[in-house]
Amino acid sequence: MPLDQSFVGRTYPPTPPYEVGREKIREFADAVGDPHPAYRDVAAAKELGHPDVIAPPTFPIVFTYAASQRLINDPELGLDFSRVVHGDQKFVYTRPVRAGDQLTCVVTVETIRSMAGNDIITTRTDVTTVDGEPVLTAWSTLVVRGEER
Amino acid sequence: MAGGVRYADVEVGTQLPPKVFTVTRADLVRYAGASGDFNPIHWSDRTARAVGLPGVIAHGMLTMGLAIRVVTEWVADPAAIVEYGVRFTRPVVVPDDDTGTQVTVSGVVKKTFDDGRVQIDLTATCGGEGGDGGEKVLTQARAIVKLPS
Repeated sequence: MPLDQSFVGRTYPPTPPYEVGREKIREFADAVGDPHPAYRDVAAAKELGHPDVIAPPTFPIVFTYAASQRLINDPELGLDFSRVVHGDQKFVYTRPVRAGDQLTCVVTVETIRSMAGNDIITTRTDVTTVDGEPVLTAWSTLVVRGEER
Repeated sequence: MAGGVRYADVEVGTQLPPKVFTVTRADLVRYAGASGDFNPIHWSDRTARAVGLPGVIAHGMLTMGLAIRVVTEWVADPAAIVEYGVRFTRPVVVPDDDTGTQVTVSGVVKKTFDDGRVQIDLTATCGGEGGDGGEKVLTQARAIVKLPS
């Protein structure tokens, strides 16, 4: 079943704040094996001019993926998650995510296209602090593979 | 450890030191926990095969997180990365053994901008011998990095 085109342009209300924790950053850095001390050692991060440890570049997927669940699971959209593959992902950073940040996400559906029997949906997630400071924007494209015919 | 490259050190064509990453089932479990992405195609062969995959595959976001280490370990400060995007073209199939699979990532400076930013294009392949003859698992993998002068 094709995705509901009327979702294009739809924006979901801001998510409840996600608090970035030092240990979560460490856990994520370990999971991608990135040894940089700025993720783990406050002194090393401060030496680089950061007020606290910073997160690895792909860490924002933790809260942007969670933020997109409301859309993905919206029964009106008609997305069969078992047929979804991740097509594209992009992050544009205003500043690095760091421990202590209270972040909120606003998810917007940018495009829904059909190509070769697949549905392709692109979302934009604008991430700001609870005080409204822009931190990053994430774009994510999901490909819903068509039913075999 | 961190490379601490400066703008004056690079030109179009400068190669970043390549890296080879071994990915095992244990790495997928660790990444699932750290990222919150518990999609069973990343840990259950039964589920993966039911949706037409050859077996359990790595999270695309894990591959993306590994690939950027070529850049985070080249610069002094990972916050130098102001933009990072990829397209996932092929799944990284991870066998249920102790050896896992290997992802080879290399990077090259593709463009330099007058304001100190550079564009790095990354190549990520899986399989093949020492990265030769492997299949590309990411395309359009690109980071914009603001280097110190």
